[in-house]
Amino acid sequence: MSTVILLSLAVMALALCLAFVRLFRGPSLPDRVVALELFSSILVGIIGVIAIATDVPSLLDVAIVMALMAFMAAIGFARFLERGGPRDD
Amino acid sequence: MTELIKGSLILAGAIFMFLAALGVVRLPDLLTRMHATTKAATLGATLIMLAVALHFGQVAVVARAFGVILFIMMTAPVAAHVIGRAGYFVGSRLWSGTVKDELKPNYDPLTHRLKSHLETEANAARPPRDPEDAP
Repeated sequence: MSTVILLSLAVMALALCLAFVRLFRGPSLPDRVVALELFSSILVGIIGVIAIATDVPSLLDVAIVMALMAFMAAIGFARFLERGGPRDD
Repeated sequence: MTELIKGSLILAGAIFMFLAALGVVRLPDLLTRMHATTKAATLGATLIMLAVALHFGQVAVVARAFGVILFIMMTAPVAAHVIGRAGYFVGSRLWSGTVKDELKPNYDPLTHRLKSHLETEANAARPPRDPEDAP
């Protein structure tokens, strides 16, 4: 079991690195918002795996708050873009 | 048996998240990138939360894990729709190999009006909306 957990954590850390590449390179702001959204999804997964590894069920509350914050951030960024953020046309 | 199912759920979730991250790096434009992240990352988080529910097996924890799944499944499409809409408004370019953009001939980016090609004289003569409450 511990090898599975270590392996999945390594895979998800690699996924975080790839998402960070898009966050760094992303040509426009919506691309970066998509990368941040992916960040939060991967973090929810990592928190779930750590909750299994450490047997602490209250870490699930952290996952809920993480998902909520990411949703709010996405809505906020989208409203900022629609109301005249930096235009690219 | 439970260990086996749990381990395979965790690994499958991690691999789906890795595929989502790979897609967000490799795919050419905003909409295809969103197509990679929303579905694959949602499925990955769902599988890992199922593994959490299986691991703890208490009613309170299982309810919270399913709450996380329900929340992610409800918010991911809404967030993707909102970001895609904002990206189209901002004018992010589509991939050069895009076959069809059905919004382009009908949508006026300056006034945010969408034509339906069913306009009649009465509709066309209707005064434009108040600019204050325009989106």
